[in-house]
Amino acid sequence: MNPVQALGRGVLSLLRSLGAMTLFAGSAIRALFGPFYAGQLGLQLLRIGFLSLPVVGLTALFTGAALALNIYVGGARFNAESFVPNIVALGIVRELGPVIAALMLAGRVSSGIAAEIGAMRATEQIDALHTLTIDPMRYLVVPRILAGIIVLPLLVLVANVIGVLGGFLVGITTLEFDPTVYIRNSWDILESWDVISGLIKAGVFGFLLTLMGCYHGYHAEGGAQGVGRAATHAVVSAAMLIFAANFILTSVFV
Amino acid sequence: MTSNVKIAWKSVSKRFGEKIVLDGLDLEAHEGRSLVIIGGSGTGKSVMLKTALGLIAPDKGHVEIDGQRVHPGDPSGPGLAQIGMLFQSGALFDSLTVWENIAFKLIKAEGVKRSEARERAIEALGLVDLEAGVANREPRELSGGMLKRASLARAIVTRPAILFFDEPTTGLDPVTADVINRLIVRQVKSLGATAVTITHDMASMRMIAHEVAMIENGKIRWRGGLDGVDDCADPAVCAFVQGRSVDD
Repeated sequence: MNPVQALGRGVLSLLRSLGAMTLFAGSAIRALFGPFYAGQLGLQLLRIGFLSLPVVGLTALFTGAALALNIYVGGARFNAESFVPNIVALGIVRELGPVIAALMLAGRVSSGIAAEIGAMRATEQIDALHTLTIDPMRYLVVPRILAGIIVLPLLVLVANVIGVLGGFLVGITTLEFDPTVYIRNSWDILESWDVISGLIKAGVFGFLLTLMGCYHGYHAEGGAQGVGRAATHAVVSAAMLIFAANFILTSVFV
Repeated sequence: MTSNVKIAWKSVSKRFGEKIVLDGLDLEAHEGRSLVIIGGSGTGKSVMLKTALGLIAPDKGHVEIDGQRVHPGDPSGPGLAQIGMLFQSGALFDSLTVWENIAFKLIKAEGVKRSEARERAIEALGLVDLEAGVANREPRELSGGMLKRASLARAIVTRPAILFFDEPTTGLDPVTADVINRLIVRQVKSLGATAVTITHDMASMRMIAHEVAMIENGKIRWRGGLDGVDDCADPAVCAFVQGRSVDD
């Protein structure tokens, strides 16, 4: 196949997938109206939110710590070491908190959702739901997507605090900052919009990463191999969409 | 035929890519009768069943239940509320216990209280000769035969007017398959339900069927009473039922 043909096919395939994902998202939004399964939402809040706390917290802690070290080294080149608390706080709250938390959830949650729903597809459990007069979109997809939208901003709040704490710990133990000054500088630099914009991003990321898990699981084909493929595609597409959405939202919010 | 038409496939066509699976298929299932559909692998039997359940949308034609059109993808349509389905794999929800599986439709779709739904689930377990002790087990703890029986209990717990069976004895040993066949016959009779069964199992067909239809190349090749199967009016049907090639 010549390279132009290959490129054309790749682009068409990408557009087809984007179209199918958009239609799926539309169906999920339509399914919000009608019977609501609160028990399923509660279960997903627990699974997606509470059980993700350790992984998000640890990642944020180390990211904040590494960020402080890097900013200190970079800042030292033009005598700006004192800005470490400010830049760590801004960087975590506006950018890294939402993105790191979303990426960790893409790995942990999107793949899990895709594997679970994919296995249900392979074993006819989704068909069974339909024959039991339960709309699978309402029962399986809506609670997961809602849980993602609700939970990720909460996780990002936690990640923000722990990320700043990571920088603080490195700042006072390694970089010889005064704890009071460090906390005051971190607090003073932040405006409410910094936090709010990060939380809006988190809500969008939560929607995207659960949508990708549900979409790829729902359309899984071909038994165990298909379920594996669905999980991989869910993680990759969720991560890509998170980066793309992050750029778009940052452009809007700046 | 004196009884009313309960389910009608009307000129149903379906293709997947280049492969034509159903090609203008016409068939009727009559009220209170048991129709068994036979045919080789890949001839479209399961697709046909799924068009009646609204799980697959026909490219052309449509399916009617009680004269009302089945709308694909709509679980709240008029037909599904009166259907019980036994899937080939059982398709019990592995995140729920056996009784929760059986009571699922009662609780989620019909708003029956959990305590009452549990009682009715245990009652349904008794109807398929399973002990009440099975109720709290998870599906993965059940043998193949028990799984099929629990799935049958889920299909009958709402006392549906229509029962669909997709390969009910596949993967079971002959003794267990016989038990399942007897349970199906008993339940279809006691409910007075219209039954549509897909099977490759000729022993199953002989026990369950009032009528038999053979599907080939996406169309009904032959249909008739159980007696007609052995009369060999159509050599292809005769060969299929006897398990030999047409050329033999």
